[in-house]
Amino acid sequence: MKRREEIKLKVNGIEYIVEIEPWRTLVEVLRETLGLTGTKKSCNEGECGACTVLMNGKPVASCLVLAIDAQGKDITTIEGLSEGEKLHPIQEAFLKYGAIQCGFCTPGMVISAKALLDRNPKPTVLEARKAISGNLCRCTGYQHIVDAIIGASKMMEKKE
Amino acid sequence: MFIKRLPQFEYHYPKSLPELFSLMAKYGDKAKLLAGGTDLLVSMKKREISPDHLINLKEIPELKGISFNEREGLRIGALTTIDEIEQSEIVKNRYQILWEAVSVMASPQIRTLGTIGGNLASAIPSADTAPPLIALGASLTIKGISSERKCLVEEFFKGPGESVLKTDEILTEIRIPVPPERSAGTYLKMMRRNALDLAIVGVATFLKLDRDKKICEDVKIVLGAVAPTPIRAIRAEKLLIGKELNEAIADEAGRIASEESKPISDVRASKEYRKTLVHVLTRRGLIKVNSMIRERS
Repeated sequence: MKRREEIKLKVNGIEYIVEIEPWRTLVEVLRETLGLTGTKKSCNEGECGACTVLMNGKPVASCLVLAIDAQGKDITTIEGLSEGEKLHPIQEAFLKYGAIQCGFCTPGMVISAKALLDRNPKPTVLEARKAISGNLCRCTGYQHIVDAIIGASKMMEKKE
Repeated sequence: MFIKRLPQFEYHYPKSLPELFSLMAKYGDKAKLLAGGTDLLVSMKKREISPDHLINLKEIPELKGISFNEREGLRIGALTTIDEIEQSEIVKNRYQILWEAVSVMASPQIRTLGTIGGNLASAIPSADTAPPLIALGASLTIKGISSERKCLVEEFFKGPGESVLKTDEILTEIRIPVPPERSAGTYLKMMRRNALDLAIVGVATFLKLDRDKKICEDVKIVLGAVAPTPIRAIRAEKLLIGKELNEAIADEAGRIASEESKPISDVRASKEYRKTLVHVLTRRGLIKVNSMIRERS
């Protein structure tokens, strides 16, 4: 059985060459091989949304993607949102609206929010709720998270 | 705690159907086909299955894409994701019944992975795409190494997890005819929560009215998650043909559809609750589609 294969992964604009086994999932390779531990692994079966990353601009559960199958795709993780110390407006809004409690769901929530706002810059509250319908928050801080997404859309509108 | 990693396998990614069929012939039941992976990879992590070979279908161009023309209708490649169908303007405008089903499936980050072919080939009784496709008279193209056949979606399912697909065949595309004039359909799904859940009951209702938009000329009522396969409520459909739809007859059709359903009790709902839901959702769906057609100019 062929164990390791050399693959190219493009994450946050950087091309990485890694040697991995074909059965490793994208979340495992992001966290364990590339050291990008911002993406969280929680349920590991696509139910909780903690591992959400963007693949070609669309949100995916990275625990259900083979890393080898993510070759040639543009992957964005939570680490790819801020520019150095300068936070992305969605991250600023999460702080401003108190949308972070324990923080474990936050990277996935922010990525789902980004997927929404990239496609639909002025979402309704219902659209914001639907966008995070695949992200579970054990602290049940949903209202603040929805407020932050709507707040972020307003902050981003003003900046333009 | 559920922290399992995937079991080991050998990975293949054929770039054409002939290449795929030769891999399938070579490895037989030691191989599994990978489409979206949203069911398969979870089953593998749970060690329900541990195939020696995984054959990724995503790089076969013939299995992809959505296209439409007024003569042949809609063609959806089996590997098209649920999200791609949801984002398709033609599906949203012309096949609303299917659009309603895909937009309530799983969650955004699963819809971008899961495929319509996978939803059908898994053949679970609650597969959301099945009732709308049956109501629309959709058919499937099934190919083998030297064979090709068509099969109505209605005749595809054999039981929970079982379909007419043979182990050396694959589902390549879904074809849906152009919906007739003065027709409309809706898919109503009841879940325990408003996302990320299988249907407790899913009901697809489809109506075609006569020239005066009064009498029902064609009716399809298709029930999901209330029998070993998706089923049509044939007696309820017959009741409505040639009649004008109103609250009373829609309610009677709902009652009959409920009689025709054969649900089980499980962790998601009791069979009694499911029967009541069939009644209510059928009535609600019929009234909704009837007014959708009448209100359209």
